Amino acid sequence: MSNGTFEPRLVGFLCNWCSYTGADLAGTARMIYAPNVRIIRVMCSGRVDPQFVLKAFKEGADGVLISGCHPGDCHYKEGNYKALRRYKLLLKMLDQFGIEKERFRLEWVSAAEGVKFQHVCNEFTEQVRKLGPLYLSKNGGKHEQREA
Amino acid sequence: MSNAKPKVAFYWCSSCGGCEESIVDLAEDILKVVAAVDIVFWPVALDFKKKDVEAMPDGSIAVSFINGAVRLSEQEEMVKLLRRKSQLVVAHGACSHLGGIPGLGNFWNKETIFRRAYHTTPSTQNPDKIVPLEKTVLDGKELTLPRFFDTVYALNQVIDVDYYLPGCAPPRDLILSAVGAILEGKLPAKGAVLSPNKSLCDDCDRNDSKPEKLVIKEIKRPWEIMLDPEKCFLAQGVICMGPATRTGCNERCIEANMPCRGCFGPTDQVHDQGAKFLSALASILDTNDEKEIDKIVQSISDPAGTFYRFSLPTSILQRRRMEAIK
Amino acid sequence: MVNLTIDGKKVQIEEGKTILQAAAKCEIKIPTLCYHPVVEAYGACRVCMVEVTVRGKTDLVTACNTKVQEGLDVQTGSERVLKARRLNVEMLMARAPAAEPVQELAKALGIEKTRFEIKDPQEKCILCGLCVRACETIVGASAISFIERGTERKVMPPFGEPSEACIGCTACAYFCPTGAITYEDKYGRKVIHTELHLGPTTAIRVPIRQAVPMVPLIDTEACIHFKTGECKVCTKVCDREAINHDMQDETLEVEVGTIILASGFKPFDAKRIPAYGYGHFPNVITALEFERLVNASGPTGGKIKLADGTEPKAVGIIHCVGSRDENYNEYCSRVCCMYSLKFAHLIKEKTSADVYDFYIDMRCFGKGYEEFYHRLLHEGTKFIRGRVSDITDMAMTQREEGKLIIRVEDTLLGTVRRIPVDMVILATGLEPSIDHNQLAKIFNISCSQDTFFLERHPKLAPVSTFSDGIYLAGACQAPRDIPDTVAQAGGAAAEALALADKGTFALEPVTAEIDEDLCAGCQLCVNLCPFTAITYDKEKGISVVNDALCKGCGTCVAACPSGASHQKHFRDSQIFAEIEGIFVV
Repeated sequence: MSNGTFEPRLVGFLCNWCSYTGADLAGTARMIYAPNVRIIRVMCSGRVDPQFVLKAFKEGADGVLISGCHPGDCHYKEGNYKALRRYKLLLKMLDQFGIEKERFRLEWVSAAEGVKFQHVCNEFTEQVRKLGPLYLSKNGGKHEQREA
Repeated sequence: MSNAKPKVAFYWCSSCGGCEESIVDLAEDILKVVAAVDIVFWPVALDFKKKDVEAMPDGSIAVSFINGAVRLSEQEEMVKLLRRKSQLVVAHGACSHLGGIPGLGNFWNKETIFRRAYHTTPSTQNPDKIVPLEKTVLDGKELTLPRFFDTVYALNQVIDVDYYLPGCAPPRDLILSAVGAILEGKLPAKGAVLSPNKSLCDDCDRNDSKPEKLVIKEIKRPWEIMLDPEKCFLAQGVICMGPATRTGCNERCIEANMPCRGCFGPTDQVHDQGAKFLSALASILDTNDEKEIDKIVQSISDPAGTFYRFSLPTSILQRRRMEAIK
Repeated sequence: MVNLTIDGKKVQIEEGKTILQAAAKCEIKIPTLCYHPVVEAYGACRVCMVEVTVRGKTDLVTACNTKVQEGLDVQTGSERVLKARRLNVEMLMARAPAAEPVQELAKALGIEKTRFEIKDPQEKCILCGLCVRACETIVGASAISFIERGTERKVMPPFGEPSEACIGCTACAYFCPTGAITYEDKYGRKVIHTELHLGPTTAIRVPIRQAVPMVPLIDTEACIHFKTGECKVCTKVCDREAINHDMQDETLEVEVGTIILASGFKPFDAKRIPAYGYGHFPNVITALEFERLVNASGPTGGKIKLADGTEPKAVGIIHCVGSRDENYNEYCSRVCCMYSLKFAHLIKEKTSADVYDFYIDMRCFGKGYEEFYHRLLHEGTKFIRGRVSDITDMAMTQREEGKLIIRVEDTLLGTVRRIPVDMVILATGLEPSIDHNQLAKIFNISCSQDTFFLERHPKLAPVSTFSDGIYLAGACQAPRDIPDTVAQAGGAAAEALALADKGTFALEPVTAEIDEDLCAGCQLCVNLCPFTAITYDKEKGISVVNDALCKGCGTCVAACPSGASHQKHFRDSQIFAEIEGIFVV
């Protein structure tokens, strides 16, 4: 947080072939967008294991973004569809864990869509900013930090 | 002490008693165990008190088998005591290993659980709205109850655990081989789960019945269809946690024509059994259409409870975030 | 072989030929009207009358359909022949006084006027029936025939109404010896085919002068044979018997190691900007149409002409049509400025017309381009900086009568101007080819925001794509001119060759691996692999990844419920560490 406004910490799992390049494009085109998304490159959105998403939330992410190729455009034919299926089920499950749906987002951003990446980052940041911090204590599971 | 037999303690925390039963279930084999060891503490069967344990020198117990999750401050106190007095601590059964069924309490907290248990259940009659308190003064005397934690913990989240005996409850073979290994000093590296590090499909008789293309079009619950006793449950559209669950249970549920519910927990490589199973299940759904996916997802009524039935406290998220509950 | 004599000349010719053919062989001309070599002769006009003597017997016959006989003696210009021919032509003159070939024939025979009654001085039809026979035997449509009788006889479709049998081939008009049949030259209806709509052409043709291979093709859409099954006139006239109507399109499967995509571009459809009136005003043409017009092998032989055949006195060239326009394409098409300058130069060279160039910016970026622009400035082309708002034919002054008026804001003068011209050339921009999206799907290539194919990296891999072994050349990647395309194509060819020559392929070292000791053989991963890289080893009871097939997406790794599978360089532990790492700060 700075100056009293909450700056969400977001994690973005970006497909190497589309969104990661799209983010690169946004950068080389000197687009200005919210710097809140911290990017982790994966070869395909299909590589994103739901464990990564949970881990990110646990480690302090206020929101998690998965971004892959548009349906039909997957570099590996249909990894993005697998990401979509996992996303849908995980979204439902996160709700049971008290993590709002708005904190978890799946987007299709192609390598050419620097502008879309910019929009997604800005929009997602604002969306999570409205929800406030997630406050999942980092080592909450350890005995030492158990409730007094 | 002249008796050279190693000392063994058993203790139960938040559990159903099934794990105690698993010891009794050793049947005549228990005599071999009794012959080989000296049981110094076993609240469910023998009349030892806490002070007896306190009186023992630190590290004098060879091994403590502790079952159940840690839910109360009393349990915390006892397991810490046993840890101090024991050379080895074995988490006995799914609850102490993973958090187990009591661990599902982590979808709630003390306040919501008490409200439900003492006020809103249909069978409750509590007009005075009495709830257990940690301290009560009665006739000028202070009475205390152990503290009820907001969160249920697996044993290793409270004390250092040497080995884990998985299962709800652990099967006989596993217990016997564990005891044997301890007596013979042939133990694996510290922290090991005393069961093979592969998933259940490895031993499952139904694994060969899997079709060439294992996909799920529709999720069914076991009572919705006549379960084929020979065919892989997933191939029948029934959620079976087997692929994401450690083997070693002798497929007791599968033999009874019921799908695996995951009591052995994940394999060593997996951090989060529920997330892994979710990923696998979603991957084999047979549709790319968003609406179809939504429909199937909708048909899984309680994903978190299903995928984390035994492992919620040791999962990555550990518990539900209560802030978002209205 | 048959031997005969024509006007004293001895001729030898195959049996079955006609006297007319024999005469043609010894270069003796016999006048004809209703004769055409591809239509069976009928002897209707009777101007080909000749006198034949065989075995002492003399007779008058029509040369076109009388077969040669051994020892035949033919007189084509005897007094008897001429007399009969004069009479026939006189009768034809009365029947069809407006038919020019008949008039010419009469003149040649010394006839000044006919002694018979003229019914209709405008009539051109001599009722020879060549058109009817052509329509029946060549076209196979039988859409026209003779109707009525005696003096009322005429050629018509049944009941004199438009016939559904007519396929619009215009063969009747083509065969008519006297020009009695005309057809409406409405665009797209009665014209077989047009070359960029600039002029009629034939159904069998060499597509362009630079065609490779340089052979004619049959346009099956326009060819009569493919409509009615008849005609095949081309096979009759081709001595080499090279024409084959049975050829079929073939799909060939070719195994290759690398692929270069050079699917090019399509010109922007100028009809999308209605304000410019393309398709409405015939003298508003696109750049490609002008290119054909000005080409020496084009329909006008390289002469710059308006639709009415006259030379323009003023020509406007509008730059950036469909380019640099947020309503259509935001990108600059790069080639238009330079070809527009070339057009201006050609118009100045070939005509005395005034040339106006309407530009936004002059983008003369290539070698020698700026110099060319300066040359044009000195040649007198008038450059007006501003985007043309519309083109109209509504004149406001006398000077504008009959002209196309270009309305434009001259941004250098700061005023709106109306420039009357005769011809407008639209410098249409470049767009990806029609099947661009299909190609992108087939080859799994991404497209950039401007919808052209996306290169792997703008600087480091400008001819490669995200699909290994597939390279890009030319305008399919971005609008570019010929020198740039040639250079890029060279680069793509070199890259493709380098890979093909090496014969081996370096895979990304990010493939998946299944740990034999951990895999339980649950087989959930097997079907997830889109490249069928995972197989189930029944004997070992585990799933196995084929390294050569695995492309390293990691989908199976994410799905492996027992964590037995991992992706090299993207292991769970590495990504977990990354997640932890990004929250350190």
